[in-house]
Amino acid sequence: MYSIYKKEIKAFFSSLIGYIVIGVFLVSISLFMWVFSDTSVLNYNFATMDQLFSIAPLIFLFLIPAVTMRSFAEEQGKGTIEILYTKPLTTWDIAGGKYFANLTLVLFALLPTLVYYISIYQLGSPKGNLDTGAIIGSYIGLFFLAGAFVSIGMFASMLTKNQIVAFILGAFLCFFFHWAFSYLAMLPMFIGSFDLFIQKIGINYHYSSISKGLIDTRDIIYFVSVIFVFVYATVTILEHRK
Amino acid sequence: MSVIVKDLTKVYDERTVVNQISFEAHPGEILGFLGPNGAGKTTTMKMICCYTQPTQGQISVYGYDTAKDPLSVRKQIGYLPEHNPLYEEMYVREFLQFVASIHKIDNKSKRIAEVIECTGLGIEQNKIIGTLSKGYRQRVGLAQAIIHDAQVLILDEPTSGLDMNQLVDIRQLIKDLGKEKTVIFSSHIMQEVQALCDRVVIINNGELVADESIEILSQRLAGTQQLLIQFENGKIDINPFKQLDAVKDVVFENGHYIFSIQEGKDIRPSIFHTAVSANQAIIEMKQDKANIEEIFRKLTKAEKYV
Repeated sequence: MYSIYKKEIKAFFSSLIGYIVIGVFLVSISLFMWVFSDTSVLNYNFATMDQLFSIAPLIFLFLIPAVTMRSFAEEQGKGTIEILYTKPLTTWDIAGGKYFANLTLVLFALLPTLVYYISIYQLGSPKGNLDTGAIIGSYIGLFFLAGAFVSIGMFASMLTKNQIVAFILGAFLCFFFHWAFSYLAMLPMFIGSFDLFIQKIGINYHYSSISKGLIDTRDIIYFVSVIFVFVYATVTILEHRK
Repeated sequence: MSVIVKDLTKVYDERTVVNQISFEAHPGEILGFLGPNGAGKTTTMKMICCYTQPTQGQISVYGYDTAKDPLSVRKQIGYLPEHNPLYEEMYVREFLQFVASIHKIDNKSKRIAEVIECTGLGIEQNKIIGTLSKGYRQRVGLAQAIIHDAQVLILDEPTSGLDMNQLVDIRQLIKDLGKEKTVIFSSHIMQEVQALCDRVVIINNGELVADESIEILSQRLAGTQQLLIQFENGKIDINPFKQLDAVKDVVFENGHYIFSIQEGKDIRPSIFHTAVSANQAIIEMKQDKANIEEIFRKLTKAEKYV
């Protein structure tokens, strides 16, 4: 698994993909946090990082499928998957190595945002007037969100040989699992009966719950299950195709 | 211990690609795998490498069953796929390092240097794979197949796309490897098979049509010569001709009848007389010595009249 992980990480950083992903993420998130007057923390009169945590899922929605789209689609398109399949590697090794490499890249993009925390900490009046607990919770939520999106994106990539199809499908599935259930729950037919249940299927419900700083084992189990289900489905379908 | 394939069958969407094939390959032996395109060569090789699973039948590689213990099988096998897919954006060395790390080879850089040396990649070793010519890509493919010193080498058309000089080098390399290891390689170049292999397995439409040592195959050829005859009416009732003495076999192909005849006999006059009495005009008659290509053609292509 480790050799696959290393190969994927090298592939990100020896090509432009890694730098573009990190660059685009940081530039767009900074624009929302510091420049655009509607959302800028400087106009907000509150020492808070809420903008980061409410906008990041939106950026992840495009960025993560862009990272994961090549995972399997490229190997299947170019036939290099045959090299991996005929080496002493299990399908779990291949999928796991790729999963952790994709997740690592996303975390690399997320890491520099800790600078924002320090900046806002310094800007607070009085200094340090910031809800650190909620921010830690939000980071944990964002980490699990990234993990779920990566597994969904890889699942989409496994389904096709075409990277563009993988991207569009991945972005759609991420959107669907993150937001769609919250909105579906508002349909008149569900209100008063299944609305809470349907809301709980979606990622958004659990993400907002963790973001409040409330780390509930139920939410963590939910995220781990979503990740496991998509990675498991990826591996199972790959094995079945052989 | 070696590679044992038994009653192997593969069905893709109700189409039988490989049908009940059985053969064995042993260490110190180079096994040539012959057959026209689409005969099932590649599919069979892929099944031995555990890339695809057989519908029926067993494959055992050095005692490991491909269905039960694919990982152990893959450790024993070095495989060069037909289209030789490679990570184009990687450097040659980087790629070999990656493969070496999958195989958990100790002293990676020493082994990589050895492999680069014996595949003749020396001058291209610091280039990106995508910029290499076909011949050098093929060597990279071969290098990754032999890097872990596998006991079994499965090479799917290893010499395609090479120029004459490269061809000689690579054939010599395969020959050297075949001294200790089990080598199964497919090809459609007959001379190559004749020059390299100890044994030949010929398959056609997924079925085994020959499994013989090169000597026996050559002996079978030695006692035969061929007569190529074209009749004015094309396809005719051939039975009277088959009754003739010394005629072993008659095959119809591309408007010609190919007569296999016992060597040393000249039956051209009696064919002429038979044609006259059957009222058939001969418009062409040519004598020819059979070679391995004829045997191959006969076994795989022509409709049989035996």
